[in-house]
Amino acid sequence: MTSTQTAGSTDLARQVAMYRTQVALRAFETRAYDLFLENLVKGTSHLSLGQEAIAAGVAAAMAPDDWTFATYRGHAHTLARGVPMTPVLAELLGRRNGLMRGKGGSMHLTSVTHGVMGSYAVIGSHLPIACGAAWSAQYRGTDQVAVCFFGDGTTNIGAFHEALNFAAIWHLPVVFVCENNLWMEYTRTSEVTAVAHPAADRASAYGLEPILVDGNDADAVYEVARTALARARAGQGPSLIEAETYRHGGHSRADPGTYRPDDEVEAWLARDPLPMYRARLAASGVGEDELAALEAQVADEVEEATREARAGEQPGEDLLFADVWADGGSAWRN
Amino acid sequence: MAQLTFREAIARGIAQEMRRDPTVVMLGEDVAAAGGVFKGTVGLLDEFGPRRVRDTPISEQAILGAAMGAAMTGLRPIAEIMFSDFFAVCWDIVVNEIAKSRYMTDGQVSFPLVIRSGNGGGLRFGAQHSQSVENWAMMIPGLKVVVPASARDVIGLMAAAVRDPDPVVFLEAKALYPTKMDVPDGEIVDALGVARVLRNGDDATVLALGSMVPRTLAAAERLAGEGISVTVIDVRSLIPLDTATILREVARTGRLFTVEENPRVLGWGAEIAAVVSEEIFYDLDGPIVRITTPHIPLPAADALEDLAIPSVERIATTIAKALSD
Repeated sequence: MTSTQTAGSTDLARQVAMYRTQVALRAFETRAYDLFLENLVKGTSHLSLGQEAIAAGVAAAMAPDDWTFATYRGHAHTLARGVPMTPVLAELLGRRNGLMRGKGGSMHLTSVTHGVMGSYAVIGSHLPIACGAAWSAQYRGTDQVAVCFFGDGTTNIGAFHEALNFAAIWHLPVVFVCENNLWMEYTRTSEVTAVAHPAADRASAYGLEPILVDGNDADAVYEVARTALARARAGQGPSLIEAETYRHGGHSRADPGTYRPDDEVEAWLARDPLPMYRARLAASGVGEDELAALEAQVADEVEEATREARAGEQPGEDLLFADVWADGGSAWRN
Repeated sequence: MAQLTFREAIARGIAQEMRRDPTVVMLGEDVAAAGGVFKGTVGLLDEFGPRRVRDTPISEQAILGAAMGAAMTGLRPIAEIMFSDFFAVCWDIVVNEIAKSRYMTDGQVSFPLVIRSGNGGGLRFGAQHSQSVENWAMMIPGLKVVVPASARDVIGLMAAAVRDPDPVVFLEAKALYPTKMDVPDGEIVDALGVARVLRNGDDATVLALGSMVPRTLAAAERLAGEGISVTVIDVRSLIPLDTATILREVARTGRLFTVEENPRVLGWGAEIAAVVSEEIFYDLDGPIVRITTPHIPLPAADALEDLAIPSVERIATTIAKALSD
């Protein structure tokens, strides 16, 4: 049964890699939060603490030239595609060595070379844009798939519905992933949504199968993502996945999240994706040494990224007027 | 040389670019099978097929979002928003997404796309299907804005817009769709950001755009009969703006008039008036005068619409009076 063993060890290697991704996302977001408290991260920022399994599971199922379309809560999705920590953290700090040299900030992380086609901060707008990328792949005959992440609150805005219908009628290779963390900013999503499952219960309106998955289980997320990506690549059109999860903190930097009942928070903290996944790997035979070494490595990576980001120069006036146009400049008249 | 209507020129201009470049695709409501509600895209489905010429649902955000996503991944889409008033339901995609994303991403992504739209009054469609919105588009950093005033320019500016690496809003004056002119055979390609002097005169420079160009030319002809000679410039491109031509002619003639279909407040002429005031104030021999649609929603009745939009009569009398003061 050599082949089974090979498959098994390949699976395990992938699972270890997914664990590493989750550890890295957790460590990065925790550090980002600490740097807010030091007032080094300006503006706003939206963390994925507690939601790491979705980013890790979906990214593991994607091919290198697939596209990610993320939201303002996009640090995790950017890093999960292999973007190094230093430019992401430096972008949060508004430094010249940032991913967009300080011109985008936390909410607009983009790294085209990693397939991260942008993070979009107006609710719902990137769903039609992901459709366009998918249309391009379909037209050009590549087997690329666009994966579009968004929150539960997005399911109540018009662009969501326009995009779902559009993707369905054109059979576009796009996978929509709703991260349902139960709270639409400061309001419980169920209080403002006509159906219990904001994405899955809408799927049938667009001729799609409802797909609900435990968003705190990276393996479960990986499996549904793999199936959806394969469908898209086979020309079978879009999928809409709803992954249930919970953010450990508030909506954004300014929000302590105190509107959520303590028992709800505690119940979800008990379902923290990281310890659950770590225990699963240990039960599958991954040694404590290996897990501890991986965690230590990530901790070092965060320290190094922090040092490099803090040491980054402030961006200057040369960047202020750059890249409005494709010629690199900003001239609007002669 | 062929006689072409403005609406026929749209299909010819698009076809010219689609034949040249297989990455040029087109989408919009009723643009394929129906050939466009204004019949501007007749024949394109037959020639290029349903892969490249695609009808969409009534989903303006999806249309422009799809154009944006396609543009950032290797295609050159031409998207239609049927009436420019409808930009209001997809303005987020235009302003927050298409216009800002190159800058926000430090130049990682490009958006070589064209958004065509029927613009302005003249068809008695009432306030929600008649507004002239060139000033909406002009004020957004990251958008280029062109407004052809003739069938020939539809083709040349369409080619320039499609070949440009940046997003271009291409506004088609609905009032001009039936107008006809001789258009040279063969490929026509213009550059963005070049105004055209249509008539030379010494007493004043009159700037016009889109549907106001033929009216301004007619007014200039009438003024000539009264012994007033004016330069008429078709601005053609609001962004990039050919201020060199405008400043040169205003300095030479000493007076500036703008003829604008957009509602008055912050219409395109206001920015040009500011540029002229700041840069060549001492070359002016009198006040800058803007002739515009008033700051009102456009009424439906033909009698009222005609009162609102600058007419040949209003243009000519306003200029004559200002020059005699």
